[in-house]
Amino acid sequence: MVETATHDAHATSTGLSNVKLGMWLFLGSECLLFGGLISTYMLYRGRVSDGPTPEQIYDIPFTSVSSFVLLMSSLTMVLAVSAAHKRDDRGTNLWLTVTALLGATFVGGQVYEFTAFYNEGLGFTTSLFGSSFYTLTGFHGVHVTVGIIMLLAFVAINKRSRVPGSKSESVEMIGLYWHFVDIVWIIIFTLVYLIPV
Amino acid sequence: MSTRGYIVIALILAAITALEVSTYYVDFGPLFLPSLLIMMVIKFVMVVSYFMHLKFDNKLFSWLFYTGLFLAVGVYITALATFQFFLR
Amino acid sequence: MAIIERPAPGIIVPALPAGAPAITPTRTFGALKRPVASTGWKSWLFTVDHKKLGLMYGATAMFFFIVGGLEAVLIRLQLAAPEGKVLNADLYNQMFTMHATTMVFLFVMPMAAGFANYFVPLQIGARDVAFPRINAFGFWCFLAGGIVINLAWFLGGAADGGWFMYAPNSGPVFSPSKGVDFWTLGLQIAGIASLTGAINLIVTVLNMRAPGMSLMKMPVFTWLITVVQFLLLFAIPVITVALFLLTFQRSFGAQFFDVAAGADPLLWQHLFWIFGHPEVYVLILPSFGIVSEVLPVFSRKPLFGYPFVVFSGAAIGFVGWGVWAHHMFASGLGPVSVAVFSVATMAIAVPTGVKIINWTLTMWGGKLVFSTAMKFSVGLIVLFTIGGLSGVTHSVAPSDTQQTDTYYIVAHFHYVLFGGAIFGLFSGFYYWWPKMFGKMLNERLGSWNFWFMVIGMNLTFGPMHILGLQGQPRRMYQWTEARAGEGFFNIAFWNLVASIGSLVLTFGILLFLINIAITARSKVRAPLDPWNARSLEWMTSSPPKEHNFDSIPHVHHLDEFFHRKYEEDPVTHTMREVATAEQILAELERNADAHIHMPSPSYWPLVLAAGLPIVALGILYSIPVAIVGGLVILYAIYGWSLEPSVAADSDYEGPSSNGHEVGATHG
Repeated sequence: MVETATHDAHATSTGLSNVKLGMWLFLGSECLLFGGLISTYMLYRGRVSDGPTPEQIYDIPFTSVSSFVLLMSSLTMVLAVSAAHKRDDRGTNLWLTVTALLGATFVGGQVYEFTAFYNEGLGFTTSLFGSSFYTLTGFHGVHVTVGIIMLLAFVAINKRSRVPGSKSESVEMIGLYWHFVDIVWIIIFTLVYLIPV
Repeated sequence: MSTRGYIVIALILAAITALEVSTYYVDFGPLFLPSLLIMMVIKFVMVVSYFMHLKFDNKLFSWLFYTGLFLAVGVYITALATFQFFLR
Repeated sequence: MAIIERPAPGIIVPALPAGAPAITPTRTFGALKRPVASTGWKSWLFTVDHKKLGLMYGATAMFFFIVGGLEAVLIRLQLAAPEGKVLNADLYNQMFTMHATTMVFLFVMPMAAGFANYFVPLQIGARDVAFPRINAFGFWCFLAGGIVINLAWFLGGAADGGWFMYAPNSGPVFSPSKGVDFWTLGLQIAGIASLTGAINLIVTVLNMRAPGMSLMKMPVFTWLITVVQFLLLFAIPVITVALFLLTFQRSFGAQFFDVAAGADPLLWQHLFWIFGHPEVYVLILPSFGIVSEVLPVFSRKPLFGYPFVVFSGAAIGFVGWGVWAHHMFASGLGPVSVAVFSVATMAIAVPTGVKIINWTLTMWGGKLVFSTAMKFSVGLIVLFTIGGLSGVTHSVAPSDTQQTDTYYIVAHFHYVLFGGAIFGLFSGFYYWWPKMFGKMLNERLGSWNFWFMVIGMNLTFGPMHILGLQGQPRRMYQWTEARAGEGFFNIAFWNLVASIGSLVLTFGILLFLINIAITARSKVRAPLDPWNARSLEWMTSSPPKEHNFDSIPHVHHLDEFFHRKYEEDPVTHTMREVATAEQILAELERNADAHIHMPSPSYWPLVLAAGLPIVALGILYSIPVAIVGGLVILYAIYGWSLEPSVAADSDYEGPSSNGHEVGATHG
């Protein structure tokens, strides 16, 4: 994951790591991606030509629990980063695995939620609300899934001691991505679920 | 930051989430919308500042990230405003 | 070749390789050997060298320029006479849509990306970009995107909704072919190229500057390219959202822009132009950067008001985010929105005017040398100003309401894009050709090239102002004699003039292609510093060695190279030459770094990018194919992340000659 144009990574002009700078730029860019999806949802959430409305279908207690799970996965992620900085391989792998499990729980919850909604009559093509809801939360779910794959892949590579470049930096980058996905959900949870149309 | 510190942050985040969810059961009256938005922003900033270390890191990272964030907020709120979104 | 022992001496004559150690390439998954070729086609296919990638961007973009140009000629032939029969209505729709798409996304953007790739690392004194493999990945994404978009020509018809693809034209009712689907997916893939390229170049500029090169000592081209990358960084995700929504509507039955289902078609317009307005600065700012390099060199003066040029560039980038709705004045936004965006649009003319003034004052009192590069730069100043002024007339909403969707708009954006962006790129070709290939383009032919293009471009696009104000709608596929009008302003005459102009223009561009061919055959090598240039990219051999600089220069001035060649005489206060380019280069060579590690070639960027069009075609024809593409992507990412960016020493061919073979192959 680490790329430098010169092998021994001469000090950079700013003294900051290339990869970390690149990651923050990427996350800044992602703000506009999710901003667009959230705006589309906000514009269309009340447009229900057919099928159920948001109020009829949202299960706030259920979503609260899965939101809480995702929030806590940020804690375990930060503990993994912390362990990686202490060169504690066992701890790193452990906390990364726990984070992936919490993430998988969240995605599992989302799959359950989507299935339930579909059975209650909200398909992807039912209404503008349906289209924009599934698109927004689906995009977020894909981001979480990508994060889970990164976490598990890193653990697998790490166990075989085949991580190229700096280990702690790789974990830190996965962490930044993971936390970003979490803060996007913090916004979605409030704007989509808690604030009624 | 210490492990203890991270756990404290996580507990605060959990408490705010509980408070957020309580708005679903308890009537907050006119405070409903502003309080939810404020709690959302607090959670967001806490994760970014502490879990993502932006508070302790080089200011350049903050500049890059918050530029994207504020740009997003700015253009999308403006776009929604042209749809009379906030007047409904 | 990726490891360079002490670089070979001699600027012109490459030294023979020293003893060659055994090559034992690393394998990934025990199967794929890491590529090691430093010559031949493999060295291009798996390269991560920013210069090779720059040339690959340029060559591909030039191909698409020819394609887009032929599409334009067909459009003009159709409109040359009443009731044109060259194209039918359907084909005409595809033609103008693909002409614009090709020119914007597949020519100007990647050509600027090519220049940026090649020259930004050189201008800041770096040996490569920050993420060389991602750089290669970006190029392959651009190529894959271009292919997917154009594949539609052969699979039932190309996209036909206009380049901004408004609803409902983009919907299945008005565009039943798969053209729009290819268009959305192809642009999506090309967008990955822009996004990764943006991150890469920003990190490069922030992190890989030579010692002493503070931000305010960077050449203006690098500065404006950086502004462009920030625009892309934040604008690409917006079009990504819009394209995804359209794909979901067309392929999976979502209703995002379907008015019958209660949707708001203006949503697409907002998303498109939130991206689209920064995009127009993405198109023009690289050319502004090139002009800002060329004018000082051929005026024999430093750029007038360097900080103003830099900050006005940044200001354009910033204000460019607040004016998008001026593309939508006729869509019923409401008076408040229109007024706000109208004023913001007028404001953005100010920083642009600052630049025009700076360029003019750079030339003022200079010892002007009218080389072809200089001619194109001066051409840009004049033609862009004309286009800019007609742009200001659009910012006045009432007058814009008259002009919307007429040929007046077509005239405006061709003056700023052809007279601006493309003239700047041509200036760059003539200026940097000797640097990239070690040979000068023929100046005499260049002069003919320039004059045919200027005359052709004014004949083509000048009359469109008249056509537009006479009310000829843009995208009209036929006009009739009976309604052409009479007198001086009859549209029959001016349509014919525009069509003749397009042929003159085509001939001008043909002269450029002939010039390339003649130069490629020529044996005459360019002098080391043919233009008496000012910035760091000229402080290398032509073409530069693979590692760019034998020793990384320490920078003390803006225009560092110039200040190494000239010093101010304390008595007369005139500049006198203290060193030649050859002497400076020899000095760098004497202090050459002993052991330079360059990033190693890799298969993964190509494999990863190859997965994307498979996914795209799978979405359109059969989902299992898309899954296969997804697996290719996963496999490539996994292989990529296992592979160190710089391979172990045992991977390499022995230290070999310096990078002269690069110049032997023309892009």
